[in-house]
Amino acid sequence: MISADIQTVLPEIALAVYAMVALLGAVYTVKDGAASMLVWLTAGVFVLLAAWIATTSSLTVTAFDGMFVADGFAKFAKVTILLSAAAILLMSETYMARRNLLRFEYPVLVALAVVGMMVMVSAGDLMSLYMGLELQSLALYVVASLRRDSVRSTEAGLKYFVLGALSSGLLLYGASLTYGFTGTTLFSGIIEGVQDEPSLGLLFGLVFLIAGLAFKVSAAPFHMWTPDVYEGSPTPVTAFFATAPKVAAMALFARVMFDAFGGITGDWQQIIAFLSVLSMFLGSIAAIGQRDIKRLMAYSSIAHMGYALMGLAAGTAFGVQAMLIYMAIYVTMNVGTFAFILGMERDGRPVTDIRSLKMYAKEQPTRALAMLVLMFSLAGVPPMVGFFGKLYVLRAAYDAGLAWLAVAGVIASVIGAYYYLRIVYYMYFGEGGEKLDAPTQPILGAFLMASAAAMVFGVVNLFGIEPLAAYAAATLVN
Amino acid sequence: MGNLLTLTTFIPLIGAAILALFLRGNDVAAQRNAKWVAMAATSATFLISLFILFQFNSADTGFQMVEEHSWLLGLNYKMGVDGISVLFVMLTTFLMPIVIASCWGVDSRVKEYMIAFLVLETLMLGVFMALDLILFYMFFEAGLIPMFLIIGIWGGVNRIYASFKFFLYTFLGSVLMLVAMVAMFSLAGTTDIPTLMTTDFPSSDFAVLGINIVGGVQTLLFLAFFASFAVKMPMWPVHTWLPDAHVQAPTAGSVVLAAILLKMGGYGFLRFSLPMFPVGSEVIGPLVLWLSAIAIVYTSLVALVQQDMKKLIAYSSIAHMGYVTMGIFTVNQQGIDGAIFQMISHGFISGALFLCVGVIYDRMHTRDIDAYGGLVNRMPAYAMIFMFFTMANVGLPGTSGFVGEFLTLVGIFQVNTWVAVVATSGVILSASYGLWLYRRVVMGDLIKESLKSITDMNGRERAIFAPLVFMTLLLGVYPSLVTDIIGPSVTALIGQYDTATAAYDAAAQVAAN
Repeated sequence: MISADIQTVLPEIALAVYAMVALLGAVYTVKDGAASMLVWLTAGVFVLLAAWIATTSSLTVTAFDGMFVADGFAKFAKVTILLSAAAILLMSETYMARRNLLRFEYPVLVALAVVGMMVMVSAGDLMSLYMGLELQSLALYVVASLRRDSVRSTEAGLKYFVLGALSSGLLLYGASLTYGFTGTTLFSGIIEGVQDEPSLGLLFGLVFLIAGLAFKVSAAPFHMWTPDVYEGSPTPVTAFFATAPKVAAMALFARVMFDAFGGITGDWQQIIAFLSVLSMFLGSIAAIGQRDIKRLMAYSSIAHMGYALMGLAAGTAFGVQAMLIYMAIYVTMNVGTFAFILGMERDGRPVTDIRSLKMYAKEQPTRALAMLVLMFSLAGVPPMVGFFGKLYVLRAAYDAGLAWLAVAGVIASVIGAYYYLRIVYYMYFGEGGEKLDAPTQPILGAFLMASAAAMVFGVVNLFGIEPLAAYAAATLVN
Repeated sequence: MGNLLTLTTFIPLIGAAILALFLRGNDVAAQRNAKWVAMAATSATFLISLFILFQFNSADTGFQMVEEHSWLLGLNYKMGVDGISVLFVMLTTFLMPIVIASCWGVDSRVKEYMIAFLVLETLMLGVFMALDLILFYMFFEAGLIPMFLIIGIWGGVNRIYASFKFFLYTFLGSVLMLVAMVAMFSLAGTTDIPTLMTTDFPSSDFAVLGINIVGGVQTLLFLAFFASFAVKMPMWPVHTWLPDAHVQAPTAGSVVLAAILLKMGGYGFLRFSLPMFPVGSEVIGPLVLWLSAIAIVYTSLVALVQQDMKKLIAYSSIAHMGYVTMGIFTVNQQGIDGAIFQMISHGFISGALFLCVGVIYDRMHTRDIDAYGGLVNRMPAYAMIFMFFTMANVGLPGTSGFVGEFLTLVGIFQVNTWVAVVATSGVILSASYGLWLYRRVVMGDLIKESLKSITDMNGRERAIFAPLVFMTLLLGVYPSLVTDIIGPSVTALIGQYDTATAAYDAAAQVAAN
């Protein structure tokens, strides 16, 4: 029995063991001298694990009496998380090394955070949920303040920690109420007890759980930490925040809502629809005034989480499928965009002011074109793939009778289009300003181009992720 | 030739890819090569599109040369043409080589300029051929990207404001259409346009926020599509982006905008609004007629007081598009035939007028009417061409401009005489602003010092105008070239519309008793 359990969680165990071995190995040998090698090694391990998980059977298996669930849904989320984390690690190596930030703890902490995320998306119990979430969060608090001697970076880390702790508290409070009113922490137990007419106390628990999770996905009105943390953290860390943890938190959100509270869809649907509409508008409107591209991407991610939540709010299998596709597309776009941002330098120093992009297209036509594709994709303008993400969630929302949410979503997307367009405008016809340095890191260019190409050529069949997402959603919602 | 339509649509894109991938350098030779590649691509597109015209059977009112492949989310890549769309395809392929020729003098970022136009051509052709809702939407929306760049990069002084206004205005209009498309997808379970054209969308009244919606879902869907097409047309009062966009856009951009992009709105009304939401059209139609009549008179009056030539022609375009919307919503043979005719003819005439402005702008670098006067003394050939197209714009019999206006007015007279009376006054107004513009720019003595050395049109410029003059005259004296092709499809459309509205009226009658 126990060996079957162990076999189910083998990928997580493997990664955790790897992280600890790497930590010990580096501590007792060359320390930061091994950092560069560790980054590549960790990325390689991520890719291997992704391949492993992708090729193993996707039948639903539970371990440890249901605390851990390995199913098609977890598989889809894990592969997305691992691949995006690997991409971000590879992109960050040179940037970190040039600024003396490349410590061997960085890849190790990222690996630990990824272990946490993998546990999160496979959680079948409030305890394992919390365990995964905290493992992820603690690792992330540390990487946010990786630049110890920078006030802004430490501030980002501290803010993230304090607000993250608050949200964990809310989540725990919700979990304890849920436990109190259902008598179990297992999702499979909760869903049996929670049908039709839930008690008021349980609804309280549900609301606190949702609030805690909304913190993690940075949905408005629980988004306040996002812009500051994005701005203050070293850029590769920001890129990491914007991708893998968002997928994990969103998948966890879906997991809790459907596995534990799938019987009372109507009760949480309205709350999530409200979070969604608020996030879309706040993300779109607040970004208009931003000049710092990292803050801008923070608001952009808030808006995008709003769209992903729209799929979740539908409360249907198609909604979950739409959400998964949306997140996969979102992550791909963000990898490309951050590959671009990481390459923005002047005299070797990182620049984040979007006005520094003026007339960029004259210097670097290919990179500017790739960025243009990504910006229009983020704005959801066809034929870029970002549009299909929006189309899926709109369809899901409409089918679930949330036509008002769909209308609100498209109106917010027009407002949001303004700031994406502004970046294109600076690159193509903004005049004046100093030039940026020529790009020096081919690996960033490669990720930028690959991401932009994916946004264009994905139009053909979305690289076949549609049936995968459909299968994943079907295993979660039944 | 099973994939003739796809081939036609994507040749310009292939040309753009060749330019992007293989053309290096920015010297004069590279610029010349870029222009020739673009010219070759657009000309090849035109030649191949002639096969579409030859193969087209106008007696068949269904879609022809259909291609279909399954795509994602249950969507299809489906292309086809019918009597309504085939001429728009031809208009596009015919005008694009002329557009490319007209930007022969451009010398800044030529390669990108050519790529933008080639991509734009593919997207415009796709709009007219797409037979899948979402495919249509993709082509329709994607066209904003190259146009945004064309206005923004190669535009005039105030181009930033104009490009943002253009993009956001039209984007806002279209996203509501997207929601409506999603709704249709849900209601009908398909995005196949031919199927949707025969689908009966629910039309029973219901209340939204306490307001009773006559025509129910159909009216709401109609309004969502209307938001998009009315902005695109553009109709009064959502036309304000057009004068800005036109004035700031480079000459070739203005030509494409006026001659082809505006027609997407009219095409959309014919392809979607009338056949899919007949009840919605019946409910909102009278309002559209009045909006059109107001547009004709109001924008003509606004055109009278313009100081900028391009702005004047832009307002004139809005007025002429007023005839189009009016003709479409009469829903009778003359009205719709006239509307399509007017769109085709306006494609040639407005394109030519913007080219006329471009000719003197290239020489004097101003579009201010007051900066000119007496050009006839130095530029006789130009004066003649400009005269011809001014007259065609006014609607002189013998030119294609007359046929379209006349048919739409005949159509509207049968439906609503008062609207017809108001709209007819637009003919007089168009003569006043058109001829007054002509007088101020071309006639009189050449007294301005700066104009004394202006040169007449060169061979390239004359060659650009020749096909436009030819088409304007040809359609003016032999309009059945067009009406024979569109006639059967329009008849079928009207028949279907009348059946649907009659059923609705009968049901309403029963309910009232």
